[in-house]
Amino acid sequence: MKANFKYNICWLIVMIAGFYAINTLILVGVINAFIENMLVTIGINIILAVGLNLVIGFAGQFSLGHAGFMAVGAYATAIITSDHANAAGFWTSIVVGIIIAIVAALIVGIPTLRLRGDYLAIATMGAAEIIRIIINNLKITNGAAGMFNIPQFATWPVVYIMVCVTSILIVNFIHSRGGRAAMAVREDEIATESMGINTTKWKLAAFVFGAATAAIAGSLQASYVQTIAPTNYNIMESIAILIIVVLGGTGSITGSFVAAFVLGILDTVLQDFGTLRMVIYAVVLVVMMVFKPSGLLGTWEFSFKRLFGHRKPKGETQA
Amino acid sequence: MSTILKVDDLVKNFGGLAAVSNVSMALNDDELVALIGPNGAGKTTVFNLLTGVIVPSSGAITFNGPNGTVPINGMKPYKVANLGLARTFQNIRLFKNLSVIDNVLIAMTSHYKEGFIQSVFRLPKYYKTEARIREEAIDLLKIFDLQDDINVLAKNLSYGIQRRLEIVRGLAMKPKILFLDEPAAGMNPEETADLTRLIRKIQREFHITVLLIEHDMSLVMNLAERIYVLDHGSLLAEGTPDEIQQNDAVIKAYLGEEA
Ligand SMILES: Nc1ncnc2c1ncn2[C@@H]1O[C@H](COP(=O)(O)OP(=O)(O)OP(=O)(O)O)[C@@H](O)[C@H]1O
Ligand SMILES: [Mg+2]
Repeated sequence: MKANFKYNICWLIVMIAGFYAINTLILVGVINAFIENMLVTIGINIILAVGLNLVIGFAGQFSLGHAGFMAVGAYATAIITSDHANAAGFWTSIVVGIIIAIVAALIVGIPTLRLRGDYLAIATMGAAEIIRIIINNLKITNGAAGMFNIPQFATWPVVYIMVCVTSILIVNFIHSRGGRAAMAVREDEIATESMGINTTKWKLAAFVFGAATAAIAGSLQASYVQTIAPTNYNIMESIAILIIVVLGGTGSITGSFVAAFVLGILDTVLQDFGTLRMVIYAVVLVVMMVFKPSGLLGTWEFSFKRLFGHRKPKGETQA
Repeated sequence: MSTILKVDDLVKNFGGLAAVSNVSMALNDDELVALIGPNGAGKTTVFNLLTGVIVPSSGAITFNGPNGTVPINGMKPYKVANLGLARTFQNIRLFKNLSVIDNVLIAMTSHYKEGFIQSVFRLPKYYKTEARIREEAIDLLKIFDLQDDINVLAKNLSYGIQRRLEIVRGLAMKPKILFLDEPAAGMNPEETADLTRLIRKIQREFHITVLLIEHDMSLVMNLAERIYVLDHGSLLAEGTPDEIQQNDAVIKAYLGEEA
């Protein structure tokens, strides 16, 4: 109990220190608008990658539709804040996005997660595409043209706080009864069932949780960039998120953070290289897959508990 | 002694192959029963039928629990498990990339509650529940001398210890019946002796019914109170170790094969 309190305080200090560090660097001009934009993009990608990692890396369910749930959040915020351009409207829009994403995830997940195997990959890919096509054809979403002049409520502090909140909730879930059950499913579904665990239920829980956080990321992104279009949420976006998860290591939340930073910075640095950028990007990934297929960090997690040497021998996975 | 599990005319066909045909058996409270037979006799298939992993072609399986008689046929495996039927697997199925204690905690999932809100917001109740079930898991691991390995990943354990952990994981489910599928497979004589002591201990301390599949005859004859012999999917004989050792049909079909 006391020890847990100590680690929680450590994390709190890290988060507050990070906040003030960024704030100060902005004030003294080290972080300009360009870098701030990069950091916010990285933050949003962290939320997306951590949520997808819960589904793929921890529950072992291969989802290819993360961008679809992101679109739900983005459009909820775009539509609601265009009419109600105030903070209440913004936060309401996030909640609405989450609820719609949860409903959509249940509709996709309940039939497919009962089955073993890769049905989910195909079903989620299809579902994300259906969501995109619906958005493309609705009046309220302004069809293929997309939506402009979305009021900006997702400033960098809002994104920063949401990165912290969603990551904490997901990590906490992983270290709970439900999270352990989800990891058991990833390890061996037949054995998990033989332990009296309803595997469908926990696969669904992880999947729905991941979808909800994707909606949050979508809301933040729409509000930050202020312009969205259905094409932003196609299969390429889902794959881009998947790449962050795989590069960082499926099953490592720390890895998702690191990979989001590495790719975010790489993306910014290579911006002037035009098409060559995609080539370099691809080469980095191929080299990675050849030399370290488990991702940058594998399943390693940063942990204050281990840092303080609390007699934790090999194989500890506590965050 | 009362019957805890009753199997009537169980049949399982895989296409044209009758893997199990007309098997009837009964397990009593606190009894240690062995199920033996040559390779491919259908022993594991019987376990899979009894634990709901596969659905019988015909026949009935009934469990006599504290809440009366429950037909198990066609029930989902996790529901069968929650009635109090635990098992181990012939080819070890531990959660390899998880720690020893996580393996045990997962097996305890149905025995404690931990709300979603409680866990994601780490309310005091979460810490209390975690502390309590961890203690319970460690107590169990201590009985089986695994307390020093609680944070080791299951895949890093030696083969013998992995088999032992699988049994502990089954016991963590607080079962009424424990099915052990070849627990001594791949063990050296010393490990097998350890295992024999372990199974005795389980019998003594946990008061559960054990059904054991095993090829190691010395272990079977040592431990079992009663033996069922399966051959080509059919029951060949049933009796005490002495009776089975004297049974001509068994000697011919099974023991004779090895001699
Ligand atoms: N899922 C399945 N599909 C088809 N055939 C199967 C299946 N499971 C088992 N069999 C067949 O059923 C027969 C009985 O297999 P089972 O695994 O029950 O034997 P066993 O007695 O456990 O043998 P062993 O001692 O080698 O473990 C074998 O011929 C096997 O090939
Ligand atoms: Mg077998």
